[in-house]
Amino acid sequence: MSRIQTRFAALKQEGRGALIPYLQACDPDYDTSLELLRAMPAAGADLIEIGVPFSDPSADGPTIQAAALRGLKAGATLGLVLQMVRAFREMDSETPIVLMGYLNPIDSYGPAEFCFDAAQAGVDGIIVVDMPTEEADLLDAHAREAGLDIISLVAPTTSNSRLFHVLRDATGFVYYVSITGITGTSSASAADLEKALPRIREATSLPVAVGFGISTPEQARTASRIGDAAVVASALIKTMAGTLEDGRATGRTVPAVLAQLEELAAAVRA
Amino acid sequence: MTNTSSPLSSSLANSLRSGPDERGRFGIFGGRFVAETLMPLLFELDEAYRASQADPAFREELDYYLKDYVGRPSPLWFARHLTEELGGAKVYFKREELNHTGSHKLNNVMGQILVARRMGKTRIVAETGAGQHGVATATVCALFGLKCTIYMGATDVERQKPNVFRMHLLGAEVKPVTAGAGTLKDAMNEAMRDWVANIADTYFLVGTVAGPHPYPEMVRDFQSVIGVETKEQITQAEGRLPDVIVAAIGGGSNAMGIFHPFLDDADVKLIGVEAAGHGLDSGKTAASISRGRPGVLHGNRTYLLQDKHGQIEEAHSLSAGLDYPGIGPEHSWLNDIGRAEYVGVTDEEALEAFQVCTRTEGIIPALECAHGLAHVMKIAPTMAKDQIIVLNVSGRGDKDIFTVAHHLGVKL
Repeated sequence: MSRIQTRFAALKQEGRGALIPYLQACDPDYDTSLELLRAMPAAGADLIEIGVPFSDPSADGPTIQAAALRGLKAGATLGLVLQMVRAFREMDSETPIVLMGYLNPIDSYGPAEFCFDAAQAGVDGIIVVDMPTEEADLLDAHAREAGLDIISLVAPTTSNSRLFHVLRDATGFVYYVSITGITGTSSASAADLEKALPRIREATSLPVAVGFGISTPEQARTASRIGDAAVVASALIKTMAGTLEDGRATGRTVPAVLAQLEELAAAVRA
Repeated sequence: MTNTSSPLSSSLANSLRSGPDERGRFGIFGGRFVAETLMPLLFELDEAYRASQADPAFREELDYYLKDYVGRPSPLWFARHLTEELGGAKVYFKREELNHTGSHKLNNVMGQILVARRMGKTRIVAETGAGQHGVATATVCALFGLKCTIYMGATDVERQKPNVFRMHLLGAEVKPVTAGAGTLKDAMNEAMRDWVANIADTYFLVGTVAGPHPYPEMVRDFQSVIGVETKEQITQAEGRLPDVIVAAIGGGSNAMGIFHPFLDDADVKLIGVEAAGHGLDSGKTAASISRGRPGVLHGNRTYLLQDKHGQIEEAHSLSAGLDYPGIGPEHSWLNDIGRAEYVGVTDEEALEAFQVCTRTEGIIPALECAHGLAHVMKIAPTMAKDQIIVLNVSGRGDKDIFTVAHHLGVKL
């Protein structure tokens, strides 16, 4: 079983959903983001999503856009992100790591090389925001060969018949983009999720993570119960950004994010 | 192997005009690289566009607006004085600057707005660089009573003030985008973000032959009226097709519009002129084909200015309309198969051509097409006097007089 399968199976035993925090690699610098990454499992992260900075994050709201810019300024490259994962794996061999980003840096790295190197580094899955099913043949075979899950995204606009098409060969888990919009702006209501999830579960038996617009512990709890996991991104980055001085990390940076993560984790476990 | 296909289908198979394929690809370029949220919308748009194409009533309606509102056909002007000054090939201007709103942009906007209306959309968003597409979009929104939001880079808002004011007068909301360098690329990102957040009532009216399929094809089709007319007009004037067609390229819609009807006329040389900015090797350029490499941005695979890690670089051009790090995917394909040639012209050369055109022909060209003209000025003198060049004068330059004055050291 893959790390992702193992983790979701264990949580099912526990009878709860997963909390998936997100951090942008190298935001605000390599060392701080690695320190945060390493501390996340103990603070309650069940899986972790690492954002790969891109110059043109067209599906992201202002918070993640700013984080991507800080990451790029700090020298983030796809290679450096993989190095970060390797460093994490030296001390944690169980927490699944999923990279989330846009296609061009991967395309530039080389799809086959990237899938191989990412799996070697200890990455479990990749979410490529601007690579819909229709274009996924670019990575599919390489990812399969490397044992990397390509996490499929579905949205409120994805029709029932299209859900079957998109999720036919899906692996790992499914990422439900719960709003029609960009990251960190509006939120889906519990009623929205109650309506959407059965639709998705018709088309797949994989766990469903709910993301986009989840910021409070209450929202995380709701999403992780109706779905199988809650992804929290912009809310954590906002907290982190609030601790920076002149764009640099301070002594408060890592503790502030971890404290918020602990609150979210407590809500998901309650 | 026996060839069983009909003459028609085999001639189409041998045509360079049959693209894109069903995946929206021109060779390896194009495609649909967008978030899943937008995919169903692209399918819906594709369907609506095919249905419009197949409906004679749509064509009739579009023709009506093109003739009586846009002012088509646009003339093909023999630039006698410029020709004499250059002392070589005969230079003709395709006068797209005479269209309503002052550029070729309205051809595409008029087509797409009719599609949007058929789809029942009530709000339009668009990106704009120089503001020409923004003005054209705001214009049809005024005409049809639709809500209109235009995203424009903050840098461009500053250097294209007259167009910003025009859009305001037309009732559009202009949202300055401060992300990145505040130019067309950033405006495009922001327009896509708006679209995904407002899909129920909003139509994204893309201004160039780029973006996810079917936009590159649809915009090309609506702009092809330029080439279709040019073919007729030059045949009437000269009894033959031109030797060379030149057009400036940002995203490439005016160039694609004039090139496309000539793609299968192998003797007609097609030249796209990219903005070289401070020079092709200066690092401050917008020449995506000359200095970029293939990658994925804004929904399509195409030539992009990017660093070795796949991060998109800021383009640089004096001309806001050419200040884009990508180019339409069909151009990338035409470059790779060698059907069209892509060259660079610097800010300085464009400024010079801008003045020559104004002085010799009494036509103030947009800085965008001044790039095309600068290349014409390089090649015309090397050609025989019975040879013919057609330049697409895609827009008028009134909007650029402030920029030009600034560069000439004149205070207005």
